[in-house]
Amino acid sequence: MDSLQNAFKGTEAQERELKEVIAKHKDTPGCLMPVLQEAQGIYGYLPIEVQTMIADGLGISLSEVYGVATFYSQFSLTPKGKHRISVCLGTACYVKGADKVLAEVENRLGIKSGECTPDGLFSLDSCRCVGACGLAPVMMIGEDVYGKMTPDQVDKILDKYMQEEGGAES
Amino acid sequence: MMTIEELNGVKAKMADLVQVRKVVREQGELLASKTGYRKQVLVCGGTGCTSSGSKKVIAALEESLKKHGLEDEILVVRTGCFGLCSLGPIMIVYPEGCFYSQMTPEHVETVVENHLKNGNVVKELLYAETVHEDGSIISLNETNFYKKQMRIALRNCGVIDPENIEEAIGVDAYQALAKVLTTMTPDDVVNCLLESGLRGRGGGGFPTGKKWAFAKASQGDIKYVCCNADEGDPGAFMDRSILEGDPHSIIEAMAIAGYTIGAHQGYVYIRAEYPIAVERLSIALTQAREHGLLGKNIFGTGFDFDIEIRLGAGAFVCGEETALMTSIEGHRGEPRPRPPFPAIKGLFGKPTVLNNVETYANIPQIILKGSEWYSSIGTEKSKGTKVFALGGKITNVGLVEIPMGTTLREIVEEIGGGIPNGKKFKAAQTGGPSGGCISAENIDTPIDYDNLIALGSMMGSGGLIILDEDTCMVDISKFYLEFTVDESCGKCTPCRIGTRRLLQLLEKITSGNGEMEDLDKIEELATHMKNSSLCALGQSAPNPILSTLAHFRQEYIDHIVSKKCTAGVCKALLAYEIDPEKCKGCTKCARNCPVGAISGKVKEVHTIDKTKCIKCGVCQKNCNFDAIYVK
Repeated sequence: MDSLQNAFKGTEAQERELKEVIAKHKDTPGCLMPVLQEAQGIYGYLPIEVQTMIADGLGISLSEVYGVATFYSQFSLTPKGKHRISVCLGTACYVKGADKVLAEVENRLGIKSGECTPDGLFSLDSCRCVGACGLAPVMMIGEDVYGKMTPDQVDKILDKYMQEEGGAES
Repeated sequence: MMTIEELNGVKAKMADLVQVRKVVREQGELLASKTGYRKQVLVCGGTGCTSSGSKKVIAALEESLKKHGLEDEILVVRTGCFGLCSLGPIMIVYPEGCFYSQMTPEHVETVVENHLKNGNVVKELLYAETVHEDGSIISLNETNFYKKQMRIALRNCGVIDPENIEEAIGVDAYQALAKVLTTMTPDDVVNCLLESGLRGRGGGGFPTGKKWAFAKASQGDIKYVCCNADEGDPGAFMDRSILEGDPHSIIEAMAIAGYTIGAHQGYVYIRAEYPIAVERLSIALTQAREHGLLGKNIFGTGFDFDIEIRLGAGAFVCGEETALMTSIEGHRGEPRPRPPFPAIKGLFGKPTVLNNVETYANIPQIILKGSEWYSSIGTEKSKGTKVFALGGKITNVGLVEIPMGTTLREIVEEIGGGIPNGKKFKAAQTGGPSGGCISAENIDTPIDYDNLIALGSMMGSGGLIILDEDTCMVDISKFYLEFTVDESCGKCTPCRIGTRRLLQLLEKITSGNGEMEDLDKIEELATHMKNSSLCALGQSAPNPILSTLAHFRQEYIDHIVSKKCTAGVCKALLAYEIDPEKCKGCTKCARNCPVGAISGKVKEVHTIDKTKCIKCGVCQKNCNFDAIYVK
């Protein structure tokens, strides 16, 4: 199941786009990070296949690409969910109980921070400060920001996304 | 190319329009009559207010103005952060200076109809502190939150539209660059900064003038100017707000640095997690290029300078200068030993000046108003102002800029409006994962670089988190250690292994298994880490523990000896009890307990079996009679 889910499903269009990105940046000094960032924008994550294309395209070793891709928390080697939940664990949010919000989301979705639900609908991460400390504790789902969170609001918010999904299917 | 005359022409054209937002009401009304706009409505478009819905407020405002046919008389300006983020979305109407807080699209309609159309201020929607009991209204700058502040770095945040270069020019943007390029030598600039006493605002507090002098003295055809906008301290957001609210001040200051040290290329390294700041900075760079304020032959003086944005990818260690430069070079962001310092061998091996956003934001003002003016503000060794991101258990969460030497008490009680819910002040955390806690007995210490270090904390980038009696100091140390364990890059052993060992010791204490000798082990290990880690991350990682051990040692001892967490945070040390006086025997707790740890008959006092209890707190939450308490 796992291997099926994670099999690389890149399209030719994506590959063309990636090659354009590589060509655009190739001659700029220090271009690996911008290329990885744009590649993640194209594919949603950076599987080994994509890293290999980047290494070949830039003429550097795969180990160098892998080293950078695994160093920074922004880069993900596994696919993310359709809705990316991220609970802020910055200090301002933490002292106002963000850990309890995170625990409630984990509990509700049955996954741990850093994982993705089996149906691919939600992935969960904690992040360090989105800078909306006035609204602490803060949770983000995609681009939507939920401020002044309490654990008992979690259910209602997640339901909204699940219902949207249900509605779309029927 | 733009000439200085043209720059002054734009400034003159825009001056009245932006000045309306800066002067007292009567003058403002006079000025407003010359601008073509009867009123101006400023809505905050910073990250805080955008998160609380300011985009919808702006859309509703524009639609409503159109509906009432007011769109030609009333100007809507989307600004950067006003500072009072907990009251967002914020909307201010000039020339009156009426401060509307927590706006919704419905509120907007009310304000447009009553205030903007008919001239009747909607008092019930104003920030309560700006309305006196007798019904008179004061402006924003007269409230407790703003009164004690002095805005230099944040001078234009919440005043101008950051996506409109002409508004920035109207408030003096690029005047300092013009002055430097036409009337000052690089040595003059260095001396001006040295005399001003400006120290780096990123945490270290190194004199900026010295840094520039070293880079200027370095030999080399190619040099670089870098801006550190990788604000990693969780809970600090002043750099983001400056970039969102006044990006041109950073561009201008970097160009001044380029002229001073002899560099023609700048890099801004900014967190990818700050999409609004990245967008506004990109727009500002494009507009600056279009106006010839970046690029070749600026102001016809033969000076060339341009800036490129590089996005960080979420690594706290990249806030360290050598790691940041390694990251711009496209590698894993690991620090390298210093010396050689960046001024000698920095980005791509070339001499480099690297300052943080807030430091740059001060520089144009210092050039324009002079070093004497700047050095007259602050304390003996810390000049000027400092921006703090005030957060945690405090009423007014937001950004505050205060003269150095302001006391913590003034910040907490006056500017911050005190601790909510009648709780007691316990400590203030500064400097994030590299800093420490200031306890209540030191609340009257004037804040500057040296006093904070003497208290075992540090200025850091400016996070200021207020903790109340419900915060466990051992737990907060553990929180920061978890952070540094995550963020340690792993290059040097003292940091990689040391942070992990410290965390294990803290976990031992919070789980109820601590021994007194663990405290000695912590202190010994901390000393080794401070002395032998490669970069500031490892050297300062023990600070949160050491400072809480110094000021709150008893709390650690309570955890170890009495197995008690007085703040009621450390789960393993908690015990839920039922008060027999209050328990009515309603059975609700027993029915809700997920592990069946509560027993008792109807209408009789219930008891909790502590061997089964998982301390989830469900019983306490559900009890209608407040009979369940934590011991």
